[in-house]
This record gives sequence, C-alpha cells and structure tokens, in this order.
Amino acid sequence: MIDVINLKKKFGDNEILRGIDITIEKGDIVVVIGPSGSGKSTFLRCLNCMEDPTSGQIIFKGTDIADMKVDINEHRRHMGMVFQHFNLFNNKTVIENIMLAPVILQTKDLKKGRIKGTTKKQIKEEARENALKLLKRIGLEDKADVYPSTLSGGQKQRVAIVRALAMNPDVILFDEPTSALDPEMVGEVLDLMKELAKEGMTMVIVTHEMGFAKEVANKVIFIDEGKILESGTPKEFFGNPQNERLKEFLSKVLV
Amino acid sequence: MGNFSQKVDKFIEIFIAQNGYVKVIEGLKNTMLIAVLGLIIGIIIGTLIATVRVIPKYKVLPRILNGFCSFYVGLFRGTPMVVQLLVVYYVLLPIFGMKMTGVQVAVMVFGLNSGAYISEIMRSGILSVDHGQMEAGRAVGLSFGTTMMKIVIPQAVKNILPTLGNEFIALIKETSVVSFVGAADLYVAFNYIGSNSYEFMVPYLVMAMIYIVIVLVISAAIKIMERSLRKSDRRH
Repeated sequence: MIDVINLKKKFGDNEILRGIDITIEKGDIVVVIGPSGSGKSTFLRCLNCMEDPTSGQIIFKGTDIADMKVDINEHRRHMGMVFQHFNLFNNKTVIENIMLAPVILQTKDLKKGRIKGTTKKQIKEEARENALKLLKRIGLEDKADVYPSTLSGGQKQRVAIVRALAMNPDVILFDEPTSALDPEMVGEVLDLMKELAKEGMTMVIVTHEMGFAKEVANKVIFIDEGKILESGTPKEFFGNPQNERLKEFLSKVLV
Repeated sequence: MGNFSQKVDKFIEIFIAQNGYVKVIEGLKNTMLIAVLGLIIGIIIGTLIATVRVIPKYKVLPRILNGFCSFYVGLFRGTPMVVQLLVVYYVLLPIFGMKMTGVQVAVMVFGLNSGAYISEIMRSGILSVDHGQMEAGRAVGLSFGTTMMKIVIPQAVKNILPTLGNEFIALIKETSVVSFVGAADLYVAFNYIGSNSYEFMVPYLVMAMIYIVIVLVISAAIKIMERSLRKSDRRH
C-alpha cells in the first residue's frame, strides 16, 4: 500500500533521514522504535507529507505523494494521523471534532460533482450518526457535546483515534500516541489500537511501548541516525536482534 | 454657579427648541457607522494579511504577497489617520476623478487603517494557537485555508478579543477627526450647538460624557462576548 523509496529529509544542513526504504502492505501493523532524535517521528511525518521529504519517493496506492505537484489533501484523507498531544480541535465539541472533516470534504465533493445522490443535510446527518456510533464504541457517547478541555488525556486520545477512523482511512499513522498520557491511561488507548489491529486496519506506529510491539506488530523496525538498522517480525526482532545498536537499545528499554 | 445653570439652560434650549438633538443623533450615527464599518473592514483586511504572513514561504506567490502586505502595514502605521483622510479626500479622489462623501471616505480610511493594526493583532493571535491544531486539520485532509478559517482563526480571535476591543474603542475615539473631510460626527454636532449659542462649555462637556458612555457600553459588551467564547475552556 505504501512504498517508501530512498526517503531523505534534511532540516537545513541537518540530515535527519538518510535513505529509508520500506514497503507497508495492507493490514500490516508496523511498529517503529528507536532512540530519541533517531528520526523515527520524522519518518512517520514524512509518510503523509506533514514534513516534505527532501528527496525520495512515497508511493501511496500508486501515486508518488512526495511529488510537490500532487494534491496532498486528497491523499491525506485516506491516511489518518494520531498525535502525541492529541491535537483535538479546542474550539469544537467532541462530536464536531469527529464530524468536521467528513462533512467539509464530502460537501466539497458534492459541489464538485464527485459524489451524487445526496444532499448537504444528508451528509451531515450521516456524519453525525457515524460519529455517535464511533463514540459509543469507545464508551464516550455521553461526552458528545462537551469540549475537549473537559476530557482526560486517555479520553482525548481515544477521540482523536476515532476522529481519524471517521474518514475511513486506508492506514493510520500513530506518532507516540501514549507518550503524553498518565500511566493509568495508557492501557485504554493501547486496547483501542489493538482492536483496530484485529479488525485489519493498516497501522504505522511510533512508540516506546515494547510490550505492545511484541504483542500486536507483525513488523518491527529500528531506526537510528536516520536509517533502518534492523527490521523483522517481533519474534526475530526481540528474540534474536542482530544489530549492535539495537541490542544496546533493547538492553536499556527492556528491563 | 448661577452662571453655569444659565449655560445649561442655553444648551437645553438649542438642543431641543432649535433641533440641536437632530444634529447630535446624526453625529452619533455617523460616529458609530464609521467606527463599526471601519472595524469590520479592518477585521477582514487584517485577517487576510495575518493569514498571508503566516503562510509558509517556500513559493514565490506567498513571498510577493507577503512583501505587499508588509508595505501596506508600514504605510498605514507610518502616517497619522488625519493625514490619510486628507490625502484620500483631497489628493486621491481628485486624481482619480471620483466623488465620495466625507463619511464614505472616513469609513474607507478607517477600515484600511485599522486593517493594518488588526493584522498585527491577528498575527499574534494566530501564533498563540498551538501549531498542533493546524497539523491536525491538515492531517485529515483539510486545506491550509479551511483549517485556518474553521480551527485556527476562531481560537485566535478568542485570544485577541480584549485587544480587538481596545482597537474598536480607539477607532471610536479617533472618529473625532473626520470633520477634516467634512463628515458630520459627534464633534461637528456639538460644535454646531456651541457656535449657535457662543457657549462651548456645556456642549463639549456633554460630548465628552457621550464618548465615555459609548466606551463603557462597548467594554461591557466585549466582556460578555469574551465569556461566551471562553466556554470551550471551561472544565466541569
């Protein structure tokens, strides 16, 4: 689904990614680990061009989205993203957060004649219904009309995940989704992510949760100094690491 | 104080018997019209300029627009409002052979002028909104402009509302110079009453009180608006 070919990213003279190649198939759960400053977040953010790659290709469903001429908004609709700091829209209620993008983008499609046989009102109603269904799924339907500032961190992140789901994405990118959470809230977010994984959602996850990587991933990659130093199934990766730096890293984080 | 009560009587006589109140109402209307329309135009122009100034500048077009906006802001912040009024009314209108009333010119100049100031206020407001809000909007496929309009600017406005209120109050007070181009504002009205009675003490005192009342009412209105906009911050 996503083919990354020789992806490089520089910030000024600082080369963060030095040539990343990876293929992500439909249904893959790819977990990216690495020390801080290794480039793992930058790699994830390049996948939907939140950071524009300096060079290289990102082929998403047959289109090179690293090409600046591509209408990136069109492709981002199909790639959800979940942030470390949730980034719920503060000026919108919980349900508006979930409905906003589907309503705006489908209304735009309707105007351009790309979808037919519906009305603006119908689009809104369907989005609302869908949003309520998603909220029910995470047990927060009673929070539909409150503002994000009243939610706990774990609740915010679960809303952020269903906000991404509301777009029916082909893949969801997770940028350290549990790093900003209090320890007792990590579980509820990881549980939701596990559910998505079971349903066959394609996911790319940057995380420090090694237990989650072992249990859920079908592919783990280790990035350091802007390169993929090792990748494999969790069994090989954690059971029999080859790369010296990975061994050292694992010895520090697996205690 | 017999002297003063005589002056008050004279004022009341002209105010009521000689239709002075008609002039005052007219003046009040023009003052508010110039300030309110000026503010609305200013907010529109200011928001556009502020948006241009925060667009990432890799491409040529944003750079050119940005240069133009800097020039505009510099021009309007670098000259007094009175000078701008005079230049438009006595220089630009004749050159372009256009006819506009004093009030129209005042609305235009107040809008353009406050646009320059509001753009800086708005820019600081936009920069005060966490960058993650823009990223989240872009990540779901919304364009820069849509995210700006639906997510960032509403939050920016909430942050700058007190400053925006000050700008509005400043605009109302500055309308007292529009008589330079023949617009009949509050000052013109009370000046008329004063000239007709050869007695300026009471008219100008009343004028000052009217300005204070307007400003107090607006300050109260801004407080109420602020409170309702802050509802998304409330925790319960």
